[in-house]
Amino acid sequence: MELKTSYLAKHVRQLQPSGIRKFFDATAGMTDVISLGVGEPDFVTPWNVREAAILSLKDGFTSYTANAGLIELREEIANYIDENYCVSYDPESEITVTVGASEAIDIALRAILDPGDEVLVVEPCFVSYAPLVTLAGGVPVIVESSRDHDFKVRPEQLEDAVTDRTKAIMICSPNNPTGSMLSRDEMEQVCKVAKKHDLLILSDEIYAELVYDELYTSFAAIEGMQERTILVSGFSKDLAMTGWRLGFVCAPKEITEGMLKIHQYAIMCASTMAQHAAIEGLKNGRRDVTEMRKSYRQRRNYIVQSLNEMGLTCYKPEGAFYTFPSIESTGMDSETFATRLLHTERVVVVPGNAFGKSGEGHVRCSYATSMAQLQEAMKRIRHFMEEIN
Amino acid sequence: MIYVKLTATEIEIAEILEKDARLTNEDLAKMTDLSIDQITQIVKKLEETKVIVRYVSLVDWTKIDGHQGVTAMIDVKVTPKRDVGFNDVAERIYRHREVKSVYLMSGTYDLSVQVEGHSVNEVAHFVSQKLSTIEGVISTTTHFVLKKFKHDGTIYDSDDHDKRIVVSP
Repeated sequence: MELKTSYLAKHVRQLQPSGIRKFFDATAGMTDVISLGVGEPDFVTPWNVREAAILSLKDGFTSYTANAGLIELREEIANYIDENYCVSYDPESEITVTVGASEAIDIALRAILDPGDEVLVVEPCFVSYAPLVTLAGGVPVIVESSRDHDFKVRPEQLEDAVTDRTKAIMICSPNNPTGSMLSRDEMEQVCKVAKKHDLLILSDEIYAELVYDELYTSFAAIEGMQERTILVSGFSKDLAMTGWRLGFVCAPKEITEGMLKIHQYAIMCASTMAQHAAIEGLKNGRRDVTEMRKSYRQRRNYIVQSLNEMGLTCYKPEGAFYTFPSIESTGMDSETFATRLLHTERVVVVPGNAFGKSGEGHVRCSYATSMAQLQEAMKRIRHFMEEIN
Repeated sequence: MIYVKLTATEIEIAEILEKDARLTNEDLAKMTDLSIDQITQIVKKLEETKVIVRYVSLVDWTKIDGHQGVTAMIDVKVTPKRDVGFNDVAERIYRHREVKSVYLMSGTYDLSVQVEGHSVNEVAHFVSQKLSTIEGVISTTTHFVLKKFKHDGTIYDSDDHDKRIVVSP
């Protein structure tokens, strides 16, 4: 056993498995579970999008595409970003279709990092950010956003963390797990830091379509930022296409060329049928997205008020489909809370520390689940809170 | 026809209730960030203006063992009357208890009439004795419903099992 482990590279051995995985294993074999632990939509991909994939298979589109993805898809992506976020990208040289936004983040980091380069990672955040920086040979420097500031990073925090090795700031807004979104003004503050120290912004904009009260601004749309922004997004969240594994990354030509080299050797190209489906999604899927957004907004309002009433104080998120209530009033740490809630009430929430140390004291509750399920989950959590008090 | 002016929020409440009329005012208040009092007012307004006509359940009667019943969609051609157009004939049709819906249609016929009965005979009797004898009715074409796959936006017997893994990042 010892010998076999020794085959593994040191940095891989040192890599911690995701805390979410551990929690997933704990639910194995349990029945009557209501899960608020799911990081994907409860909707199924719209039918016209599924049908486009079926038709593409019928028509025999089963071979590789260009490395960067079908040009029709890249053109649709360019149109979409231009129309919605007022940023122009050249589909020929600045857009790459990837296997989910996850791959986009990976190739972006691998393309820009020399060994020892530092990336400011704003936590709490998606579980893969810091490990991917490490795997790319970089050093993740954690910058913690706090509940006191509605989980929004402050420019002075970034300023304090910058060294002469800092290459990029990695940020996701609207955020997983907090749902918090930077205002345009707050984004401009972040951009000032980036410009001052000549940093790239690696912006994960996967939840851009799921914003409920305000207009969304892309980092690339802020003046002078397109040249230093790597915009990562995909089709998983807005078109409910998580299982298709399809994302994209937009970046200046030179950076795109670098990423494309890695992509072509590691991946070749994203799944062809998924690309055909995404073309249909971009062309005719907007109405579905509007419907889903409306429904998420109602559920967000419902869950935020319900949790606050129980003493699980929670910030009203501007986007995504997560709430991140504080469990301080229970005196438990997030793993204890989540474990006890699972065993006594059979409700799954994800411990906040899975998303970084600054997530401790919180749990992530996804409201991408039906109203009926949410109502039952709130009933059970209310019962749990009454029992422990 | 009197049109009712509604705010975006009032329309949203109508949309939510159209999908699920069993949500309580408290639930509606939470979902829309309004007070229970405000919701009570809005629901009252929707009911009084007949924007919300009635609260219903969608029942799949075919699930019930021993259930007997047939539905027919009947295309009706009509001679419109001076001054009242189709309204007069439509009323003479929709007054019948067996008639579940009546729509004025564009196209090759005028009224689409949905009729429910216990048996094919019963519906046939209604069509030949009642419907086709109404003054102004020129012809009828009766189609019996064999199976309902989807009704009012809802797929019967859909597989709504949640296929997602329980925890994902």
